[in-house]
Amino acid sequence: MAIIKKLKAVKIEQNHLLGIQDISFSQISEILKQAKTFITLNKSDSKKTDILRGKTQINLFFEPSTRTQSSFELAGKRLGADVMSMNIVNSAIKKGETLIDTAMTLNAMHPDIIVIRHQDSGAPNLLSQKVNCAVINAGDGRREHPTQALLDALTIINRRGKVEGLKIAICGDILHSRVARSNIYLMNMLGAEVNVIAPKTLLPHSIERLGVKAFTDMKKGLENCDIVMMLRLQNERMHGSFLPSAREYYEYFGLTPDKLKKAKKDALIMHPGPMNRGVEIDTNLADDINRSVIREQVELGVAVRMACLKIFCKRN
Amino acid sequence: MKERYLINARIIDPKNDLDEIGGLIIDSKGLIKAVGKKVANGNIPSTANKIDLKRQVLIPGIVDMRVFVGEPGFEYKENFRTLSDAALSGGVTSVVSMPNTSPVIDNVSMVDFLKRRGRDKSRINIFPSAALTKNTEGKQMTEFGLLKKKGIVAFTDGVKTVQNPQVMARIMNFASQSESLIMQHAEDNILSEGGLINEGEISTRLGLKGIPFLAEKIIVERDLSFLEEYFCRYHISQISSEKTVSVIKKAKNEGKIFTAGVSINNLSLNENDIGDFRTFLKLSPPLRTENDRQSLVEAVSDGTIDVIVSDHKPEDEESKRLTFSQATTGATGVETLLPLALEHFHNKSVKLVKLIASITSNPAKILGINKGSLEKGNEADLCVFDINKPWIVNKDILKSKSKNTPIEDRKLQGQVLKTFVRGEMAFERV
Repeated sequence: MAIIKKLKAVKIEQNHLLGIQDISFSQISEILKQAKTFITLNKSDSKKTDILRGKTQINLFFEPSTRTQSSFELAGKRLGADVMSMNIVNSAIKKGETLIDTAMTLNAMHPDIIVIRHQDSGAPNLLSQKVNCAVINAGDGRREHPTQALLDALTIINRRGKVEGLKIAICGDILHSRVARSNIYLMNMLGAEVNVIAPKTLLPHSIERLGVKAFTDMKKGLENCDIVMMLRLQNERMHGSFLPSAREYYEYFGLTPDKLKKAKKDALIMHPGPMNRGVEIDTNLADDINRSVIREQVELGVAVRMACLKIFCKRN
Repeated sequence: MKERYLINARIIDPKNDLDEIGGLIIDSKGLIKAVGKKVANGNIPSTANKIDLKRQVLIPGIVDMRVFVGEPGFEYKENFRTLSDAALSGGVTSVVSMPNTSPVIDNVSMVDFLKRRGRDKSRINIFPSAALTKNTEGKQMTEFGLLKKKGIVAFTDGVKTVQNPQVMARIMNFASQSESLIMQHAEDNILSEGGLINEGEISTRLGLKGIPFLAEKIIVERDLSFLEEYFCRYHISQISSEKTVSVIKKAKNEGKIFTAGVSINNLSLNENDIGDFRTFLKLSPPLRTENDRQSLVEAVSDGTIDVIVSDHKPEDEESKRLTFSQATTGATGVETLLPLALEHFHNKSVKLVKLIASITSNPAKILGINKGSLEKGNEADLCVFDINKPWIVNKDILKSKSKNTPIEDRKLQGQVLKTFVRGEMAFERV
């Protein structure tokens, strides 16, 4: 008996938020639970707390971003942290500095948390090996965008009570999408059934191995779905080798009232933004307050990021 | 040099179908004087200089057909001296050096430099290859005849592939005149553009752009079609996928004459080993699925693949301490080629003689060099190894100047004990 007691399971949990793949179910629950408390706070008059007072948060963005970066910035400020945002798109890296050198430089300033967005998949993993503080992935290459998936889950829970048992369709450029990957992992973990819908050229190899059903017929993929997540079609991919034209894409993969009829009557429409109206989504649907929760996603994004900052900052 | 007697060894010489307990006599000029069971304790002079090998395995010095040296231009990654030390500790006595240096080895004056440096700084035999095309740009063929006369054993663009089919067809057509050996790294650049690892589940999960197996297969098929019209000495440097194995097998069965190699990495590792973006496992051709790996092992066993190479590509830390997409491809391997190959003997996938042939007599035959066998009169290039000795790979004990081994901490079985070059003991493990 004594031996068994000694061997009581030690939970090994990540100190960083690198991806949904890398964190545990209990960490996810903790983040979502915490985020709920911040939703109310964010609606109140006095939005500022001192939970992270004295802590330093660095936003390290190697790729241009408006919503994610401002969301993280606001989240940090509302928690009382000192927030510094660095846009490296046109900074040291251009002078030949490597990610590791940048990391070491920043590390010397003793930050408590670094939020990174990088065009290379795995960059946050590399960074996390070299710094002494928590690292939060704000999107790496086409690998993961965990806080986006978490805010999507929170939005669904806010509207539907839970994710478990729901049928979720993710439509669009799955191949290049980190949002799709993070959502596939997260929604699966939370007990949803996930369909992905895309033309064959925009479906990643072996995508079914991630636990989804793949459809190239949007109407079939949308059948009986509770949630329809649309992804942004990057304009630069529209021409050339992946697709014939925006027109053809919209015809088969654009979300229109007609196609949406296949989903459940009260199905919610989500989009991580920024949207291309008339390319992947009908403009009236995007603005339909009864169906579209796109603005709510942005609102809850701040709450989710506050929760992540608080939880991972504390861990270190 | 005094005559020397290596006795009481298990001698394996694939070229002469030899696998027996016996000895080998090195004459005063460093040549092999006699070999086999007749060289035994009973019939050698008592005053002779004897080395008792205690039943360890004695094979011809290993011939590695694909090795990158940093000279000239990248001496900080590997120079001839460090390459030589690394090779000797792995039982490798002859290497074919790749032309991807700075400047590229594409003209006669560079060959003299290479040969001189190779001779002065290393103790192994350096057989330089030269570029197939000027500056490996894939446009203008190099001077095959003149370069061959200077001692170039093979022509290859190394890490690059001649993309333009017309240029490749003309190269194969012209090369037959000088009987030059063409070695192709098979990869269609457009299909593999931006690709980092094998295209499949792992590339989807890691969010890295994949390299489809088709990028390799299509070039092999193209070149084999050319070979029907423009027969020349043609060798595919390394293949990585099951589908390519099928293409090669079929072509060989149809009677086409050519050869193919595989990197020990593709034979011993798969895409899962990349794990959490380990840049040392970023290789070209990429590591593919376990299924692909197994079919490559089978292909070595059934003779579809002729040669195993180390694809020794030393890279300094600065080229590897980057994000996966920015990191350079390649891994060191000349020191661990034999022990890693022996895994396939220990797990009973490939017969020992077959394995040894793929790193000694087969490459020597393809290159047309007088190495890789224990024939009487040959220079005594020898490798003695303990076939069972267990050890663990540790980058700090490896001798290459660069530390990018893909098999750090791997448990291996079999270790080189002694290496002889031209009759001299050039390495002995203490």
